[in-house]
Amino acid sequence: MLQIRFHGRGGQGVVTAAELLAIAAFEQGRHAQAFPSFGSERTGAPVVAFCRIDDREIRLREPIVAPDVLIVQDPTLLHQVDVFQGLRRDGYVLINSRRGFDELGLAEIGQRFRRERLLTVPATDIALQHLGRPLPNAVLLGGLAALTRIVTLEAVAHAIRDKFSGKVADGNVAAATAAFAAVRHALVEAADAPAS
Amino acid sequence: MLQQAEGSHAVAEAVALCRPDVVCAYPISPQTHIVEGLGELVKSGRLSPCEFINVESEFAAMSVAIGASAAGARAYTATASQGLLFMSEAVYNASGLGLPIVMTVANRAIGAPINIWNDHSDAMSQRDSGWLQLYAETNQEALDLHIQAFKLAEELSMPVMVCMDGFILTHAVERVDVPEQSEVDAFLPPYAPRQVLDPDEPVSIGAMVGPEAFMEVRYLAHAKQLSALEHIPRIAAEFGARFGRDSGGLVRGYRCDDAETIVVALGSVIGTLKETVDALRDDGMRVGVLGIQSYRPFPLAAVRAALQGARRVVVVEKSFCVGLGGVVSTDVRLALSGLHLHGYTVVAGLGGRAITRASLERMLGDAAADRLEPLTFLDLDRRIVDRQLEREARTRRSGPIAENLLRDVGTVAAKVA
Repeated sequence: MLQIRFHGRGGQGVVTAAELLAIAAFEQGRHAQAFPSFGSERTGAPVVAFCRIDDREIRLREPIVAPDVLIVQDPTLLHQVDVFQGLRRDGYVLINSRRGFDELGLAEIGQRFRRERLLTVPATDIALQHLGRPLPNAVLLGGLAALTRIVTLEAVAHAIRDKFSGKVADGNVAAATAAFAAVRHALVEAADAPAS
Repeated sequence: MLQQAEGSHAVAEAVALCRPDVVCAYPISPQTHIVEGLGELVKSGRLSPCEFINVESEFAAMSVAIGASAAGARAYTATASQGLLFMSEAVYNASGLGLPIVMTVANRAIGAPINIWNDHSDAMSQRDSGWLQLYAETNQEALDLHIQAFKLAEELSMPVMVCMDGFILTHAVERVDVPEQSEVDAFLPPYAPRQVLDPDEPVSIGAMVGPEAFMEVRYLAHAKQLSALEHIPRIAAEFGARFGRDSGGLVRGYRCDDAETIVVALGSVIGTLKETVDALRDDGMRVGVLGIQSYRPFPLAAVRAALQGARRVVVVEKSFCVGLGGVVSTDVRLALSGLHLHGYTVVAGLGGRAITRASLERMLGDAAADRLEPLTFLDLDRRIVDRQLEREARTRRSGPIAENLLRDVGTVAAKVA
C-alpha cells in the first residue's frame, strides 16, 4: 500500500488534491482512499489531506503517520509544521517552491532520506502561467506523476477533467503537464550531475 | 457502476435511487454534503418527482418528514450531533406513530465542548427512541444500507436511522458500486403506506392514549423491532442475491472461528480492526472481530452465538455513558448473561481522536494477557487530565476545563495527524 500525505493551507485545494489523486488511481484500476484531516476549514490555516493506494480494498481508517510520499503545497509551512514527521526513509517529497531543496534550508533533513527523491517545483508560478490563479494542487500531481510514477500523467489529466470542466480543467491539465515536464527535466539533470 | 466518490455523494445517489417523494434538508456538519447532493439531483431533474424542502431547523426537518410520511410520501432527511438532539422530540414521534422515515445520521460528537468530529454519542442518545439503527462499516455499505433501509422501514412501518461515521466515511473518497435505477426499482417496491392521511377518507393519526392502552402501544413497537430481527437478515440476503454484495444483516464476524479474543465494534473502525487482527494473527494471537450492523433492534441471540466460543470479549466503542462506562458493552454483556467470559470495555475515538492500528494492537496485547482494565480509554492523555485535577485541588476558581486543557495541549495546528 502506498500512502501519500498532502500539506497545504486552507484555500489551496489540499483536500481536492488528495481526491484527484484517488480518482487518478481509480482510473488505473486501483483501489484508493482519499480523506481530509477533518480540521475546521479556515483560509490560510494549515490543512492536511491523505491518500492511500493499493491493489486491494483499503480497510485502514487511521490518519497517515508514515507516508511514502509527501506533497507540500506551501513552503511557508516548513517553519510551522513538522511535515517530514514519519516519512519513510525511502520516501518521496515534492515541495512547491522556486527555490531548490537545499536553498530552502532542508539540506540537513535531506540527508536522512534518498536525496534524489526530494524535489521542488515552482507549482504556484506554473499555475499562474496556465490558470491565472495561484492554485498549486493539480500542478503538483503532474510533478508527482513524474517523480514517483504512482499514477500516469494521463490518469492525472483524466481526474482533473472528471472533477472540473471547461477552462479550469484545460488550464489545470496544461499546468500539470508543464510540472510533469519540469520534474522529468530536473530528474534527468540530477542523474547526469557528477556526484558531489 | 463503479465510481470513485465521496461517501456523502454515494449516499445521495443511493437515496435518489430509492425515489423519495420528499427530502427535508437542514445543514449540519458532517452531514451537509448529503442533502446538498440531493438538492443538486432534484434541481437538475434527475430526481423527479421529489419535493426538496429547505426547513428552518432540525426540529422542522423531522416534523415535515412526519407530515409527509403520514400523507403517504416516501420521506428522507439527514442530520448529525446537536441537530439530532434538537429534533429529538419529533424523532420519538416518528417512531411512536409508526412512520417509515429513513434518516442518515453522520455520526458526530455532542457538545459541550463543541466538537465537529466523529463519535457515536449522537445516535446512541436516540437508541431508545424506537427507531431501527443500522451502522455502516464502509461507504459501500452506507450506500447499500440506505436502499435496504427504505424496504425495511416500509415493510415494518417503522423509521430507520442509517448511521455512518462523520468525516471518516462521509468525507472519504473511495470506490463504490452504484446500482442501476432498474435494479433498485426491482428490489424496492413503491411505498404502500399502512396508514395514510387522505382528505377523501379522513382519519386522524396521533391520538392521545391514556393508561388504558399506552403500554400496549409501546409493547407493539417492541414486538415490531423484534420481528425486524428476521426482516433485517432476509432483506440483506435478498440484497446480496440481487446486487452480489454482503451488506447489512445483524452481525458479521471476521476470523472469529477459533478466536480466544473477539473485539466487538460498530461502524468504520471495523476496517482498522480487521487490519489489526490480520497483523496479530500473523503473530499467532487468536483474535477476531465481530461487527454489529443492527444496533436497534439489538441482536442478542446472534451476538451471543458469535461470542460464546471466545474466552474474552473486548467492546471497542465510540460512545460513553458518563458515570457508568460503555453503552454498547452494556448490551453486549446482556447478550452474554450466564457465560463466564472476561469482558472489557474500551472507549475510543471520542470527538474524533484517531483510532490507530498501533494503539489497537497494544490494547489487544494487554487484553490477551488479561492485563486490561475493565474500562479503558484508548490513548487517554493522562498528563493533561492530572494537571487539571491538580489545578482543581489547588484552586477553587480553576477556570473552564476545556480552555485549560487546550492551553496544556499547546498549538494543535502544528501537529501533522
